Amino acid sequence: MSDTSLSALAAQLADKQISSRELARIYLDRIAALNPAINAFITVDPEKTLLEAAAADALIAAGKNGPLTGVPIAHKDIFCTDGWLTTCGSKMLSNFVAPYDAHVIQRFKAAGMPSLGKTNMDEFAMGSSNETSYFGAVKNPWNPAYVPGGSSGGAAACVAARMAPAATGTDTGGSIRQPAALTGITGLKPTYGLVSRYGMIAFASSLDQAGPMAPSAEDCALLLNVMTGFDPNDSTSLERAKEDYTRDLEKPLSGLRVGLPREFFAEGLNSEVAAAVEAAVNELKTLGATTVDISLANSRLAIPVYYVLAPAEASSNLSRFDGVRYGYRAPDYASLDDMYSKTRAQGFGDEVKRRILIGTYVLSHGYYDAYYLQAQKIRRLIADDFAEAFKACDVILGPTAPGTAFRLGEKSGDPVEMYLNDLYTIPANLAGLPGMSLPCGFDSQGLPIGLQLVGNYFSEAKMLNVAHQYQRATDWHSRQPEGLK
Amino acid sequence: MKWETVIGLEVHTQLATKSKIFSGSSTAFGAAPNTQASAVDIALPGVLPVLNKGAVECAIRFGLAIGATLNRVNVFDRKNYFYPDLPKGYQISQLAKPIVEGGALTIAVDGEEKTIHLTRAHMEEDAGKSLHEDFHGMTGIDLNRAGTPLLEIVSEPEMRSSAEAVAYARALHTLVTWIGICDGNMQEGSFRVDANVSVRPVGQAEFGTRREIKNLNSFKFLQQAIDYEVRWQIETLEDGGRIEQATVLFDPDTGETRMMRSKEDAHDYRYFPDPDLLPVKLDDAWIESVRAVLPELPAAMQAHFQRDYGVSAYDAAVLTGSRALADYFEAVAKTCGQGKLAANWVMGELAAALNKAELDIGQSPVSAARLGALIARIQDGTLSGKLARQVFEGLWEGAGEVDAIIEARGLKQMSDSGELEKIIDEVLAANQKSVEEFRSGKDKAFNALIGQVMKASRGKANPAQVNTLLKAKLQN
Repeated sequence: MSDTSLSALAAQLADKQISSRELARIYLDRIAALNPAINAFITVDPEKTLLEAAAADALIAAGKNGPLTGVPIAHKDIFCTDGWLTTCGSKMLSNFVAPYDAHVIQRFKAAGMPSLGKTNMDEFAMGSSNETSYFGAVKNPWNPAYVPGGSSGGAAACVAARMAPAATGTDTGGSIRQPAALTGITGLKPTYGLVSRYGMIAFASSLDQAGPMAPSAEDCALLLNVMTGFDPNDSTSLERAKEDYTRDLEKPLSGLRVGLPREFFAEGLNSEVAAAVEAAVNELKTLGATTVDISLANSRLAIPVYYVLAPAEASSNLSRFDGVRYGYRAPDYASLDDMYSKTRAQGFGDEVKRRILIGTYVLSHGYYDAYYLQAQKIRRLIADDFAEAFKACDVILGPTAPGTAFRLGEKSGDPVEMYLNDLYTIPANLAGLPGMSLPCGFDSQGLPIGLQLVGNYFSEAKMLNVAHQYQRATDWHSRQPEGLK
Repeated sequence: MKWETVIGLEVHTQLATKSKIFSGSSTAFGAAPNTQASAVDIALPGVLPVLNKGAVECAIRFGLAIGATLNRVNVFDRKNYFYPDLPKGYQISQLAKPIVEGGALTIAVDGEEKTIHLTRAHMEEDAGKSLHEDFHGMTGIDLNRAGTPLLEIVSEPEMRSSAEAVAYARALHTLVTWIGICDGNMQEGSFRVDANVSVRPVGQAEFGTRREIKNLNSFKFLQQAIDYEVRWQIETLEDGGRIEQATVLFDPDTGETRMMRSKEDAHDYRYFPDPDLLPVKLDDAWIESVRAVLPELPAAMQAHFQRDYGVSAYDAAVLTGSRALADYFEAVAKTCGQGKLAANWVMGELAAALNKAELDIGQSPVSAARLGALIARIQDGTLSGKLARQVFEGLWEGAGEVDAIIEARGLKQMSDSGELEKIIDEVLAANQKSVEEFRSGKDKAFNALIGQVMKASRGKANPAQVNTLLKAKLQN
């Protein structure tokens, strides 16, 4: 297929040029061919996929199809999916078949979009390289010696390799945007509360947010239309009027004020990335935008704040994995405490254990005020910086990650080095703001470079407008890895 | 040395909501294990809590009833610890910002009134149950109770004896059932008491080291456990020992408390605000809507009973022992228009019969309307007290309406004075000796004559009428 954009696929389906089953089969065949080398999927179940596709065909035949009915999609293995193995990339849930659908899954099912399978991810979404998965590292389709980023590495890789036209991801500190950048696709983390977290296995509840990953901004807008909406099962879900995120895609950018935070173009940024991002800024200027110098001074504290708050919440969220009711349980133990300790020692990987330990420590008696409370205060300051910045600009622009994809194993021995990869993405999570990454070039090794947009609360339509106009003027998002075409 | 006992109570009351505090599962007691445990209750991956507003309204009711401060913004925290019947590995509770702070309850011990202040009351979820029987070498887990809403009510350490502690616990029990937030069933664990007990030399300002007696599920055990604990602490101190802060359990079989865990074993619960739940915001409209449906409270009702029905303070206190009893009494009093008589019957004949049959007021076979009708028949002279007791027996047996029983059993008091005069004349004629004695000044003889007349009338004569007529005839 020459054009795999969601709108093109949906049009072919609606015109009955192709059936959903035929389309699903094409992608399943591609998965069968490419996945062994990329390892983007944990679970593929063609029978289930084709059943869902048949149901979509029935909807189309009955004229009951919506905008994306019949278009298949891959789901991050963090979303509980009724009847599917749902592992969260962990040995702990390596035997867990979810008995219910996450809200996001329900919405895609209701939209008639068949699932192509469950994508690989860093264990419990903790990682920036997809190397912490119990099911093995995901390889970057642009060069299999390199990581795809994480934690939604499987989702990013499967879209980059066109094993799926689109995928769901989740983003706690950059887990949609950073892998999107490293694999040359487009990904959006919505405003916190826009997409229900019900059925999405929690990492850090106050930061977790699901979003779309696809080749283009237009695709992401269509997916966001499906994903968003109030859910009474999630108390942090926001009750607001339904929006059409495609409504502003074609608006011209004249008069757009683009904020460039000087802290995001400072020390530590790879020069090739800096050059590509600056070129993108010039492109936007030719499209009518103006630039504003802004400061996000407290964002330098984002990583330490994040690595207090996210582990604190995670240490509590992951307590339910105790071997009592479901999931992995150590085969031999002498007592209840021994059962807990062996189950969790064997069931969790090193990065997850590291974060549980950090989180337990910062919440401990005598340390809570110095770490957890202090971090919450700085979190507020970081959000205040953004509020101030948005008085002067409509959207903030910078690099998504400080560099391009790195080699497998290159950073896995040094957690702090790994954490620095999320330097630019974490502030948006801490403030609850929407952020997105879109491709803006390649480095000298042919690895994709990502550009990040951060918008004000609920400005997804505006961000998608900016991204779409940029993508109309450039073709970075439509490039595909040579060997996998 | 003279010792003073210091007691504070923490009471877990199960709130009488139909569904759980964070899920839609039923809270009904006694279902087959794990049949009332939803995805949220068993803490499947990905599930989230959604607050049951009914539980919040119960807490508001309680806060209003004890004159407490209702925190307009209150926050749920996570209390982290591992236990097999705690599915999430944390309990959702309220630590720093509970919904209710302050307030007070008045208790009476041996006629002395005392005000006990409350520290706070907060909402939380109950855990499940570990079942150690029936599973050889294993533990069963029943999560039906997991997520049942609780209001934990904490008093100030203001009680100075087990009697005061029991009086406070009873007053609290009366109140929470009275305002309908708890069914009060102690056997089923709906009202569980933890007692913090310490002793100190009389006159010493600072408190002694406390030990907490966990999970007392009857007032009797509360009293026994505190009495034992106080004796043990005093003996330990007088023997030169020290009290270590600890959590203890009371064994009803031995009547002793035994150590469950010491302070060193105490958990660090790592409380922090639950990011899955928004702060609970109470606005005036919500609070006032709850206040509007709050029933008249025991203290107000006692005053109202004394004022409007002329009952004594003591009787008013007894009659407001439960909302059901108070409502029953008031219905009886309204039907018959005789407050004092109604109080006597409710606290006397009816209470005795209920007690004997081991029934509570809600199960009384005699309705308030019928008891009121019975008392009205005493008042209008149709029945004597003695006849009324016979009619009451009929009512208890379910023999129908008061007048129907009087009619059917021929229990009507003799009201025809002609008939009565005839009986009196016969009695006087047959008892000339007594008549002579009376006339020579022996008052006792008069009573004997009354007895004879009553006997001759087979109890149906109106004693007052007999008295008048007899006097008149003897003075002729």
